[in-house]
Amino acid sequence: MILTILHTALHVVVALALPPLLLGVIAKTKALFAGRVGPPVLQPYYDLWKLAQKGSVFSTTTTWVFCAGPVVGLVTAVLAVLLIPLAGSDAPLSFPGDVILLAYLLGLSRFFTAASALDTGSSFEGMGAAREVTFACLAEPAIFLGLLVLAKLSGSLQLEKMLGGSLAAQWSAAGAPLVLVILSWFVVLLAENSRIPFDDPGTHLELTMVHEVMVLDHSGPAFGMVLYGASLKLFLFAALVVRLALPQSAGFAWLDWPVFIAGMLGVAVAVGVVESTMARLRLTQVPVLLVAACLLSAFGVVLLLR
Amino acid sequence: MTEVLVLVGIALAAASGFFGLLFRRDSSAGQTLCTSIAVAGALSGLAGVAWFFATGTSRPINVPWSLVEGAAFHVGLDGLSAFFLVPIFLISLLGNVYGLGYWKQSEHPTTGRKLRLFYGLLTAGMALLVVARNSILFLFGWEIMALAAYFLVVTEEEKPAVREAGWIYLVATHAATLCLLGVFGLLRGASGSFTLVALSSGSVSPGVATAIFVLALVGFGLKAGIMPLHVWLPGAHAMAPSHVSAMMSGVLIKMGIYGLVRVTSLLPDPPVAWGGTVLALGVISGVLGVAFAVGQHDLKRLLAYHSIENIGIIVMGLGLALLGRSLGRVDWVVLGLAGSLLHIWNHALFKALLFLSAGSVIHAAGTREIDHLGGLARKMPWTALAFLAGAVAICGLPPLNGFVSELLIYLGLFRTLGFGKEPSLAGAAFAVPALALIGALAVACFVKVFGAVFLGTARSQHADHAHESPRSMLVPMAVLAGCCLAIGLAPQIAAPVLAKGISAWAPNVPSVAQQLSSLAPLNWISIMGVLLIAGLAAGGALLSMRLRRSVVEKGPTWGCGYVAPTPRMQYTSSSFAQMLVLLFGWALRPRTHRPKNLPLFPRQGDFHSEVPDPALDEGLLPAFRFSARLLSWFRVFQQGNLQAYLLYIFIALVALLLWR
Repeated sequence: MILTILHTALHVVVALALPPLLLGVIAKTKALFAGRVGPPVLQPYYDLWKLAQKGSVFSTTTTWVFCAGPVVGLVTAVLAVLLIPLAGSDAPLSFPGDVILLAYLLGLSRFFTAASALDTGSSFEGMGAAREVTFACLAEPAIFLGLLVLAKLSGSLQLEKMLGGSLAAQWSAAGAPLVLVILSWFVVLLAENSRIPFDDPGTHLELTMVHEVMVLDHSGPAFGMVLYGASLKLFLFAALVVRLALPQSAGFAWLDWPVFIAGMLGVAVAVGVVESTMARLRLTQVPVLLVAACLLSAFGVVLLLR
Repeated sequence: MTEVLVLVGIALAAASGFFGLLFRRDSSAGQTLCTSIAVAGALSGLAGVAWFFATGTSRPINVPWSLVEGAAFHVGLDGLSAFFLVPIFLISLLGNVYGLGYWKQSEHPTTGRKLRLFYGLLTAGMALLVVARNSILFLFGWEIMALAAYFLVVTEEEKPAVREAGWIYLVATHAATLCLLGVFGLLRGASGSFTLVALSSGSVSPGVATAIFVLALVGFGLKAGIMPLHVWLPGAHAMAPSHVSAMMSGVLIKMGIYGLVRVTSLLPDPPVAWGGTVLALGVISGVLGVAFAVGQHDLKRLLAYHSIENIGIIVMGLGLALLGRSLGRVDWVVLGLAGSLLHIWNHALFKALLFLSAGSVIHAAGTREIDHLGGLARKMPWTALAFLAGAVAICGLPPLNGFVSELLIYLGLFRTLGFGKEPSLAGAAFAVPALALIGALAVACFVKVFGAVFLGTARSQHADHAHESPRSMLVPMAVLAGCCLAIGLAPQIAAPVLAKGISAWAPNVPSVAQQLSSLAPLNWISIMGVLLIAGLAAGGALLSMRLRRSVVEKGPTWGCGYVAPTPRMQYTSSSFAQMLVLLFGWALRPRTHRPKNLPLFPRQGDFHSEVPDPALDEGLLPAFRFSARLLSWFRVFQQGNLQAYLLYIFIALVALLLWR
C-alpha cells in the first residue's frame, strides 16, 4: 500500500518536474552541434518562473476562449501523463480503454489551442492553427495504427498492459512491427511537438511556424502555461517511445526509474540531433512524411496479422 | 399504459398544427396554442417511454384494419422502439419551443401556420413508424414523415434554391419508399404476414434474405444519408428553417437507421459479407462526410455533411454488431450496437444543439455564409457557448457525450484484432485508424467553424449588428447542452436502456447488462470526466488569480509590425480549410474561379472557391438526363389531360381482369 503511494507520488513528481528539462537538453544538444555553449540545461525552468511573475497584454479582440486555450492545454496534458506507465508497470490512473482517452485528451487540447489562436483575429495565428489541425489529421491515424500493434500484442486496451513489462517478451517474437511503430511514433513525436523537420521552434519568422505562431499573442502567466503544457506533451510522446523501446522492468524502483529517465534524456538528445542535422521541410512535403509514418505503422499491423 | 401514453402523444402531435389553422394569420394566440399542444403531446410520449423503461412491460394494441388485406393497426414497444422514441419526442418538444422565437407567427404570417402543422405531422409520422408492428402501418407512418418533411423543407418556397432542394428530396424519398415496398413484400413472402416478426432460421432462402438486405440497405440508406446515397441531404438540411434542420438531422435521418436496425433484427443468420459491407459503407460515409464538411462555406450545409459523417460512425457500429452476430462474437455485438445506439442519441442531442445555435446565428446576422460572420462570441455569448458545447461533443472529445459512444465503437473495433486465442477479423481492425481520422478531421472542421463564426472580429455589417437571441431559443439549447454533459459524465444512466435495445436486436445474447458493464469502462469515464472538469476549474482559477495579481494591459492584436489591420485581413474559413481540401482533392474536386490574364498591376479581381457534391452533379444528374433522353419517346403517352389517364387506368384494369 505504502509502496503504491510512493510509486504514484514518484510518478507524479517525475511527470510534472522532468518535462522542461527535456527542452533544456534539446537546446543544449543543438548548441553543442553548432559549437556554442548554449543556455543552461535548466533555462526552461527559469523561463517558466519568469513568465509566472510577468504582467500580460491581452488583445482587445479576444474573449474568454483566448485564456481557455492555455488552461485546457495544460490540464489535458497533466491528465494524459497520469495515464501512461513510466517506469515499472503502473500508472496512477488506469482502466481498459484509457488509451483512447489519451488520444482524445490531446484532441481536446488541440481544439482549444487552435480556437484560442483564432480568437485573436490575426491571420498569422489562423495560419498556424490551420497547419496544426491539418497535420494532426495525418498524425492521428499513425498513432492508432501503432496502437493496433500494441493491442494485438498485449491483448488489452489498457496502456499499463500495452506498454507494460510483458512487452519485453514480445520483442523477440514481434521485433519488426515494434521497430516500425517506434519509427512511426518518433516521426509523430516530432510533428505533434512542432519540432524540425515539421516546424522550427527557434525561428522568429512567423510565417514559417506552426505551434509558435499559434501562441504569438499569449503573454505572461498564460504563456507560461502554454510552454509548460507543450513540454508535458513532449514528455508524453517521449515516454511512449521510451516504453516501447525499453519495456523491461527489473522489478526494483531504484533501477527502473534511472533507466527510464536516461531513456527520456536519450530521446531528447535524439530530437536535438535531428534538429541539428536536418533542415525544415517545405510545407507541402510535411503531409508526405506523415503519410509515410502512417504507412510504417500500417506495415507493422500487416506484419503482425499476416 | 405505455402504448396509450405514446399514442396520445402521437395524436396530440399530429393534431397540434390543425388548431393553428383556426386562427388569423397574424395572431400569436394560435402559435401559443399549437406549441402547448405539441409540448403536451411530447411530454405524454416521453412519459410513455419512461413507463416502459421503468416497468419493462408492453401490451401491444392490435386492431384489424381493412385498408389492405393483412394490414392492422398493430402497435407495440420494445427496447428498440422505445430507444428511438426518446429523441423523436425530446427534439420535437425543444424544437417547438425554439420555434416560438425563431419562426414567430407575427414575423412569418404566411408560412408560420403551415410550418407548425407539418412539424406536428412529422413528429407523429416518425413516432408511428417506430411503434408500428405491421409493415403497412410502418409504411403509412413513413410516408407521413416523408411528405411532412418535404413541406417543411419548402417552407420558403418562393426561393428557387429551396424548391430545387425540396424536389431532390422528394425524388430521393420516393426512391427509398420503392425499395421499402420490395423489402416488406419479400418479408411477407417469407413470413406469411405483414406483421414484423423475426424470421426463424431456415424459413427464408439465402438469396431472398440477401435481396431483402440489399433493398433495405438502399432504401433506408437513402433516408439515413449513407454515402453515396446522401445526395438529397445537404441541400434539404441547409434550406429548411433551423429547427426543422435540427429535427431532420437529429431524428429524421435516424429513421433510416431504425429501419436498418429493425430489418437486420428480423433476418436470421446474417453472412459475414453483410456486416463487412455495412462497416465499409460506414467508413466511407464517415471519412468522406467530414472531408466534404471541411470544404463547405455555408454553415448549415457544413453541419449537414457532418450528419453524413455521424451516420457513418453509427453504421460502423451496426456493421460491427452484424459481424459479431455472423461470427458468434457476443462482445462485438454488445460494444458495436451499444456504441451505435448511443451515438444515435448523442448525435440527436448535439446535432440538434448545433443546428439550433446555427439558427440563432442566422436569426441574428441574417446570413449562412461562414466567411461573412465573425466575432459573434462577444455579441451572443450564450449562443457561442452552446455552439462550443455542441462542437466539442460532435468531435467526440471528453467530457461530453460524443466521446462515450465513440469509445464504445473503438473498443469493439479493437476487439476484431482477436485478443489472445480468439479468432480475428483483421480487415475490420483497419476501421480503427479511419475512425481516428474522422475524429481529427472533425476537430479541424469545428475549430474552423467556431473560430470563423464566433471568434475574431466581425467580417460584415450583418455580423456587426448581431444581438443575442430571446430566451425561448436559448432555453432549448441549454437543455440540449445539459443532456450532452449528463451523458458524458454519467453514461451509466444510458446503460440499462442500451441493454434493452441490444436484447431486442439480438435476443440470444445472454445477460447483456452485465456484459456491457464489464466490457465498457463506464465508471471510469465518469471519474475521468469529473477529474477533467475539476482540473479545468482549478487551472482557470489559478490563471485568473495570477492575472489579478499582475499588471494586465489591453492592446491590439500583434500584427507583426503592421499597425492598420482590418477585419478582412483575418484568416477566413476557406483559407483555414485549404490544405485539407487539397489533401482530399481526389474526392472533393474543389472548383476555384480566379481572374485570368491579370495585367502587371491588377486593379480588381474576384476569387471564389467551392466544393460541389460530385455524387449529385457528376453522378446522378447526368444519369437522369441520359435516361430522360433515352425515354423521351415515352412522352407520347404523357398527354397531360385527365381523360387520357383515366383511359390508361381503364385499359390496365381490363388487361388485368383478362389476365386473371
